[in-house]
Amino acid sequence: MSAAEVILGGVILGGLYALVAIGFNLQFGMARIVNLAYGEFLMAAAFAAFWMFTLFRINPIAGMLLSVPVSFGANWLVYRLLMTPLVRRARTRQQLEGETILATFGLLFVLRGAATLGFTANNRFYDYLGEPLHIFGYTFAANRVLAFGLACVFAAVIWLVLNHTRLGTALRALAIDPVGAELVGIDVRGLCGLAFASGGGLVAAAGTLVSTFLTFNPAIGIEFTMKALVVVIMGGIGNIGGSLIAGVLLGVAEALCSYFVDSGLTLAVAYALFLIVLVVRPRGLFGTPST
Amino acid sequence: MSASAEEESRIRRRRAATATGALAVLVAALAATPWLASDYGLALMVNVVCYLVLTVAWALFSGTTRLVSLATSAFFGVGMYTVAMLIKLLPLYATFLVAIGVGAVLALVVGVLTLRISGMFFVIFSFGLSEMIRELMVWWEINQTHTMGRYVYVPFDTTMIYEHLLALAVLVFLAGWLLRRSRFGLALLVIGEDETIARQVGINVAVSKVAIFVVSAMFMTLTGALMAPRFSFINPNFAFNPLVSFQVVIMAILGGLQRLWGPVLGVIPLIILSEELQTEFPFWYSVFLGLVFMVIVYFLPRGLSGLLEDGWARLGQPLELPRGLTGPLLDAWARLSRPITLPRGIAGAIEDRWRRIMPRVPEKR
Repeated sequence: MSAAEVILGGVILGGLYALVAIGFNLQFGMARIVNLAYGEFLMAAAFAAFWMFTLFRINPIAGMLLSVPVSFGANWLVYRLLMTPLVRRARTRQQLEGETILATFGLLFVLRGAATLGFTANNRFYDYLGEPLHIFGYTFAANRVLAFGLACVFAAVIWLVLNHTRLGTALRALAIDPVGAELVGIDVRGLCGLAFASGGGLVAAAGTLVSTFLTFNPAIGIEFTMKALVVVIMGGIGNIGGSLIAGVLLGVAEALCSYFVDSGLTLAVAYALFLIVLVVRPRGLFGTPST
Repeated sequence: MSASAEEESRIRRRRAATATGALAVLVAALAATPWLASDYGLALMVNVVCYLVLTVAWALFSGTTRLVSLATSAFFGVGMYTVAMLIKLLPLYATFLVAIGVGAVLALVVGVLTLRISGMFFVIFSFGLSEMIRELMVWWEINQTHTMGRYVYVPFDTTMIYEHLLALAVLVFLAGWLLRRSRFGLALLVIGEDETIARQVGINVAVSKVAIFVVSAMFMTLTGALMAPRFSFINPNFAFNPLVSFQVVIMAILGGLQRLWGPVLGVIPLIILSEELQTEFPFWYSVFLGLVFMVIVYFLPRGLSGLLEDGWARLGQPLELPRGLTGPLLDAWARLSRPITLPRGIAGAIEDRWRRIMPRVPEKR
């Protein structure tokens, strides 16, 4: 394996991290909810793809047509029923963060426990597009390339919606200043629900893509939540383009680490990057110092 | 000094003496447990006291500053694994000291790097700290020392562990009690209420937060170190168990953070529950814990000790039945016989009901 191949492999993995992080950014940056149960929806989508593939031979990519809307709806319900009361009773942003962290932390354990009860803690894997693909003289697994391509498509759609529609403009206003957004007539509550649910839809897509090339079990969610958090902080809260670049950066750093040191240290790499950013650029890679 | 003030101070002194005496008797009774209880009972008490120390230590930091720390298992694990690694090189008590030192340095580094900037970064960091250390330790043990797990055989039996933990529990309660009566504790409470105000009144926010974080981490690390001899074989996956962090948070908020004794009410029922459920239905235990957790966050923001205080206050009030016993019955009948109207559909009705169940926090005046 050449260094170029390792880096390209990292970019492919990073595309997926970016997708996970963009969804998280919609929930954290726009709806202002720190959802620690975020990765559990990724896990649920991975299991959905697995069962659809092994039981009914449904193509995972086609299966997204079902799992993404379901996850969208489930996240909308989570926002409306579980988060809205907390939003309403919180007096400060700090208090809201504390309470949502606690509530979604509980949700994490409920969902993970339920998944373990239903599906057992075994590692799962299914073979979908496992054949090698030759690109520019390098060899990659076809499912990884497909996952990267779809992640790019999803990210592009989100970027287009955010930057070239009225809805997107309203969402960006929400990310910058929720109070100001309300003053200019934006339906803050409805849009927060929409952003939260869209994040849930994206993470279901990411979960399906992850399931095509990684083994998974009911406990994988938390790892993806942590990485999404790290990427969002690195790229800037509410900054979608930042998440994209930071996600790819994390993927490459991880690939380099597993090539040169050990593949068991992925989380340590994420945290090392996080620490460097914290010390050098506390407002994120592309953040500007503000008052 | 007037007569009434003198009287008051005399009463206060007497109450303090009674309370101290009662607590001393309680601690003495608890210290006698190893000779009174069965082996199983003692094992249960070790768990109770272990989690009591962790929970009160957690509340020292998170109860005052309102920052949810999910790093308990990191410090607990660091304490346990330090002892496991050094037990063949150093005497037992020296390993405890080293463990405290390592925990304090780790807390200092984490605190300085993350607490300085924003609460959010700290929570995120604490969320994965234990996982990261576990990953690093597994890597280190496999590639550098070629061992996976360590044996801890020392003449430090369950009775000794229990007595040491009990002493530590007394210390941590004392620390909490002193904190509540000090300027430092008051400063932390102000930080928890509003950081901007804290800064305005001249509190050094960053230093205060880091200081209390280090103190709380030292207690947690020592607890882990003391628990190490309890298990003869320790590996990183066992020492850095994320369930520890989760259980500590849930015990603390189940008990309630506004009282120092709140954690007692949270620790005892959950330890008993985990003993009953964890061995036979470990996954149900996780679901159940999560549900309990959410119920507390939504419906019992002040925990069991808050419930107890409210109940106590209500007992002190006279019973009010202006229309006699039949009044409430008539009201209930009237409500039942109302026709069902759903102006906003079933979803609207569910939303309204939900809104009514949720406790309202009074608006800021």
